[in-house]
Amino acid sequence: MKKIVGAVAAATVALAWSAAFAQSGTQKVKIGVISDLSGLYQDIGGPGTIVAAKLAAADYAKINPNLQVEIVAGDPQNKADIAAAIATKWFENEGVDAAVDGPNSAVALAVSQVAANKNKLFVVSGAATSDLTGSKCNANTIHWTYDTWMLANGTGRAVVKTGGDSWFFLTADYAFGHALERDTSAVVEANGGKVLGKVRLPLNTHDFSSALLHAQSSKAKIIGLANAGGDTINAIKQAAEFGIVKGGQNLAGLLVFSTDVKALGLQVAQGLVLTETWYWDLNDASRAWTKRYQEAMPGKIPTMVHAGVYASVLHYLKAVGELKSSSDGRAVAEKMKAIPTDDPLFGKGMIRVDGRKIHPAYLFEVKKPEESKYPGDFYKLRATIPAEEAFRPLKDGGCSLVRS
Amino acid sequence: MASATETITAPVTAASHRSELVAFAIMAAFFVVAPAFMYPIFLMKALCFALFACAFNLLIGYVGLLSFGHAMFFGWAAYFCAHMLKEWGLTPELSIILATVAAGGLGLVAGALAIRRQGIYFAMITLALAQMMFFFAVQAPFTHGEDGIQGVQRGKLLGLFDLSHEMTMYFFVLVVFLAAFLLIYRIIYSPFGEVLKAIRENETRAISLGYKTERYKLLAFILSAALAGLAGATKAVVFQLASLTDVHWTMSGEVVLMTLVGGLGTVFGPVVGAFIIIAMQSYLAEFGQWVTVIQGVIFVACVLLFRRGVIGEIAHFLKIRL
Repeated sequence: MKKIVGAVAAATVALAWSAAFAQSGTQKVKIGVISDLSGLYQDIGGPGTIVAAKLAAADYAKINPNLQVEIVAGDPQNKADIAAAIATKWFENEGVDAAVDGPNSAVALAVSQVAANKNKLFVVSGAATSDLTGSKCNANTIHWTYDTWMLANGTGRAVVKTGGDSWFFLTADYAFGHALERDTSAVVEANGGKVLGKVRLPLNTHDFSSALLHAQSSKAKIIGLANAGGDTINAIKQAAEFGIVKGGQNLAGLLVFSTDVKALGLQVAQGLVLTETWYWDLNDASRAWTKRYQEAMPGKIPTMVHAGVYASVLHYLKAVGELKSSSDGRAVAEKMKAIPTDDPLFGKGMIRVDGRKIHPAYLFEVKKPEESKYPGDFYKLRATIPAEEAFRPLKDGGCSLVRS
Repeated sequence: MASATETITAPVTAASHRSELVAFAIMAAFFVVAPAFMYPIFLMKALCFALFACAFNLLIGYVGLLSFGHAMFFGWAAYFCAHMLKEWGLTPELSIILATVAAGGLGLVAGALAIRRQGIYFAMITLALAQMMFFFAVQAPFTHGEDGIQGVQRGKLLGLFDLSHEMTMYFFVLVVFLAAFLLIYRIIYSPFGEVLKAIRENETRAISLGYKTERYKLLAFILSAALAGLAGATKAVVFQLASLTDVHWTMSGEVVLMTLVGGLGTVFGPVVGAFIIIAMQSYLAEFGQWVTVIQGVIFVACVLLFRRGVIGEIAHFLKIRL
């Protein structure tokens, strides 16, 4: 009896094992959108990134109807370990060829690592850290939309050049804030500006009043917000209550999205200076795309993260179409770097050997309420940062893929 | 609580051990077969949290001390382990052992301060210490703040088994879990464990019987902290990263939830509770923000309808110990 039971148990295990490992080998392309579908970044990325990926698939189908594109989505809940688990499951068991987006830096670094281990592809849009194409770069990761170096450099340099030559920082007191403050200070000083002072505040600060009074009395022309998300929004709201902008000082948000501006309202956000690589009202092509986006997401303003997902998926599909295979992530990444990029939203550009996508960036100023003519009319363009200046020079990143 | 306590403190006989041994055999067999039909990474995560919940349960279930700062041991052991693997290039087994010892050391300091008070004050002191350690994790350069320690290589176990292979990793985690589980089981039913239960039931009486209860409580705290550290260190090897999530106070809350859902003061309850909560987080992820709502509803239902937890209720119904 015992022997029979043992044999049956062994057979069951063997069967189950073989069934579990038998699933592999599909010919179509499967893309996994890994984005914050429920938390604090869901307006910046979130469900809109799935829409953007689907639009890209639809547009590519017009060029090449033979490639079948399937899109799945996962929510890492902004936790790196959940992200790593989702990515591993996708790449190993579910035949996903490429992951796109990645809502924050920790999540993106985790997924990038998994993609390298499994030789798949990860195209980042939502995450900010420039380490993805710097010290932590790998041959399976491409960083599309923006990064911390570009934010610091773009806003810092352009603001100094347009007259904002004295700065005061309100900094979130952790690694991300310190990095933004340090990089922006360096850029400001290199361009002949001065940093008059700084106040460091803990993450999730609700009371900025003493810091803002400090900033006000420093008489700095620009108050730089080296923080993100809720901290930035709180700082901007309270700055409006203190009449900082009306008093002649300008706020420079180092990481602000158009959806944040929408949430704040122009009354509060007016005068804020910020850098983005894409804005829905930039030109006819972006307006036309926004119209299509809004058919699926009524009343929502797409951000540069959504645009980045659209453009990167489109470029990815072009590379896969030319290669006629999507299984080798490194090969697809090389192909993506080899062919020049061209899409309606970011225009013509290229992807560098370190995985950095190169395109222009724009310095915007948030309009006054009376200047805004229609819903979503938020920004006026203050300066365009040309593509070759917008991102960190290749040699400075410390990426191991760059041969010196 | 009273009736659940009765079942636990009933005299230990061979018959009452039998139900637990059978349950242990079923559990071990399930985990050996499980990777065939369940996703191994999910299982490894659940096992790590199950061990974490068991370690926590050792303190609340058997000494009656509600620590609200266990994330500091779990998360910091993960940081230690990831750092040792990545920056010092130590082997995985050495990293895990050293991280466990470090968590025990942290437990010695935190415990020495906290066990002087009871009830809500004890919980608040542990929470305060954990928040300090969280702040330290945010600020210290080697933890890399928001990004965490990423890209940790799993390495080779004893120089022989390549842990980058998913199944090798799984069985390593399983062995760690089962060994720690048996250790906890042994602690609970040792004379030392009996004294702990005596302290839980009536500390004054235990003192009057001549026991130095503070020493017992401190040792239990250190053991619980070290085992929580073992779980955290193992998790760091599995996911190849250590991040702020694991030291955040919500993690301390989650482990309370796991233990309560599974069954406070039962041997198997925390394991089942951890699986329920981790499965909810993994498989309900598509519902987005509803996950926390569902978690809340389950918590309320658990407290109102079956206060002994899943395993506690089953044990009560079958009149056995689990």
